[in-house]
Amino acid sequence: MHAAPWCPEPEPEANWCRVTPMPARAALARIGDVAADDVLPLVGRLWGGARRSVDELAVRLLGSDFEERARLLQARYAEAGGDPFGLDLETAKYAIMTCAFFHRLWFRAEVRGLENVPAGRVLLIANHSGQIPIDGAMIGTSLFLDHEPPRVIRAMVEKWSQTLPFVSTFFSRVGQVVGVPENARRLLEMGEALLVFPEGTRGISKPFSRRYQLQEFGNGFMRLAIETGTPIVPVAVVGAEEQYVNLGNLKWAARALRMPVFPVIPQVFVPFGQMPLPTKYFIHFGEPLHIQGDADEDDAVMEEKVHLVKQTIQSMINRGLKQRTSLFF
Amino acid sequence: MAKRPTPKKPTPARRAADGAAAARIEGGAVVVTGICGRLGRRLARQLHRERTVIGLDRREFVGKPKDIEHHSIDVRRKKARELFRRPDIGALVHLGVMHDPRLGAEEHHTWNVIAFQKLLEYVERYQIPKLVLLSSANVYGPRPDNPQFISEDAPLLGANRFSDIRDLIELDMLAQSFFWRNPGTETVILRPAHILGTVQNAPSNYLRLKVVPTLLGFDPMMQVVHQDDVVRAVRLALRPGVRGIFNIAGPPPVALSRAVKLLGRPTLPIPHAMARAGVERLWRWHMTSFPAPELDFIRYVCMVDDRRARAVLGYGPKFDLGSTLRAVDEERWV
Repeated sequence: MHAAPWCPEPEPEANWCRVTPMPARAALARIGDVAADDVLPLVGRLWGGARRSVDELAVRLLGSDFEERARLLQARYAEAGGDPFGLDLETAKYAIMTCAFFHRLWFRAEVRGLENVPAGRVLLIANHSGQIPIDGAMIGTSLFLDHEPPRVIRAMVEKWSQTLPFVSTFFSRVGQVVGVPENARRLLEMGEALLVFPEGTRGISKPFSRRYQLQEFGNGFMRLAIETGTPIVPVAVVGAEEQYVNLGNLKWAARALRMPVFPVIPQVFVPFGQMPLPTKYFIHFGEPLHIQGDADEDDAVMEEKVHLVKQTIQSMINRGLKQRTSLFF
Repeated sequence: MAKRPTPKKPTPARRAADGAAAARIEGGAVVVTGICGRLGRRLARQLHRERTVIGLDRREFVGKPKDIEHHSIDVRRKKARELFRRPDIGALVHLGVMHDPRLGAEEHHTWNVIAFQKLLEYVERYQIPKLVLLSSANVYGPRPDNPQFISEDAPLLGANRFSDIRDLIELDMLAQSFFWRNPGTETVILRPAHILGTVQNAPSNYLRLKVVPTLLGFDPMMQVVHQDDVVRAVRLALRPGVRGIFNIAGPPPVALSRAVKLLGRPTLPIPHAMARAGVERLWRWHMTSFPAPELDFIRYVCMVDDRRARAVLGYGPKFDLGSTLRAVDEERWV
């Protein structure tokens, strides 16, 4: 270790004499020393402190075993030589932390029936609501934070999202895959938990007047379940409908902007109204349905089976609504 | 001139003929086109100890092992046909697909398609019992709506956005129709993922750059395969009884950023619009060997499902991810 220039301790005379002919260089050297000895450690300490406090908050929010859960899952994927779809828990961890804030503090989600989700491959079929897919993130967060063992939820995203920088990478790092049937089949073969909203856009962007009424279901998930022999777990989310109040969809605006829908949400014009309203979420996982049959059967036969699932979810929603006493508590 | 073969019926005679064909595939000479390329030389070096290897390439074979017979002739010439007339030829391995995007489309097309058509004609006329074409997983093309793993029966859409590889797709299609028309020849099409090694192809050249440019915000998953794994796949394809299309993949897929990090190279992320404009200019000024449409390969996924190769061909990669990636830095004296 070398002495700082302003404390003339061991043999400063000789040093100063040698340096004086070149004052500019001496000044630069001194700045360099200060930077190396004082500023860098200070920045390092501040950075370390900030990270520690983030970590502490994380423990309070996520429970002490959060890191362990992330490690457990990481090990599970590493065993298979890494997730082929690009899931990276080091990155996903931070996304889950953000979601955990909403799950624990903002929406104060109440989760029931998590024990109904089996450990192996499973299709989670849920109602879709709330204008932006927060419901999916909350279902995923529940499965990560509260399910034993922790699960990563896999869902399908729009194809065009792959053309967007950062978005495509983010989706892939948190385990979301491009919505094509081959990917769904492969995920189930890998023993993953696949979340599907059979209502799609019809469900998520429906106006406030039609809240908690299930829209038309697609048939694709049923064929997939039968073909791969996957149990279906119906999921009902109550509370998401009211996070953004949609007064109606403007068809002409949607057409002009080439969007699937153009919802009218007055609250976004109020300061801080862009955040979803802090309604209370109730997430209910139903008992798994094992549906038998032939995957190549007629649409009419499929629709009957789909209807069964739809009925189950609708009655779970209705029960949840009956039990709910207040929107926010 | 020999007559066209008549389709055989499944009779005892056919079975005997099959046995003869199998013996011919196993014991006969192997004609390798494009043998003077880096991959061709590697294949020749492995193959010539076990069986007769005949090289067919316009180029000179530098450092040719003594027992390899090499013909520096154009496949389209009459002399090439004379070669195939020999009764001891058991298989044709076509590696001579030209991939130089600098050469004009016309020259490319004539060489690749016409030459391969000629070869197919010889194989049909002289009833060569085995044909192996080294195609590429690039025929599927990197696209935003690709499934994560593309299977062999997927459409070949690679030329949608990158028209320079349409002759490779045409070759693949020619081989496919040949497969159906000529059941007497065991046709094998191999579609390997990005081949890495001493070879001079775009992915290896890309990873050899001192600073690796990437697209800002894009980090697709990639499959890479070691050149010697590809050589092994070709040798497995030469066994009697193997026919059809096989995707060939290497170790488990890896994100592009991680692959570059494993190689210890710095990256330079560039926004896509800028990168595209830049590469187009550089290409026009002959300052890069990468045409702009190839940027899609570092933007979207183009990975293959190799389960068929594992089950039917008995193929599995011998090289792990680290050694496959490091192969691009190997000494290139072979």
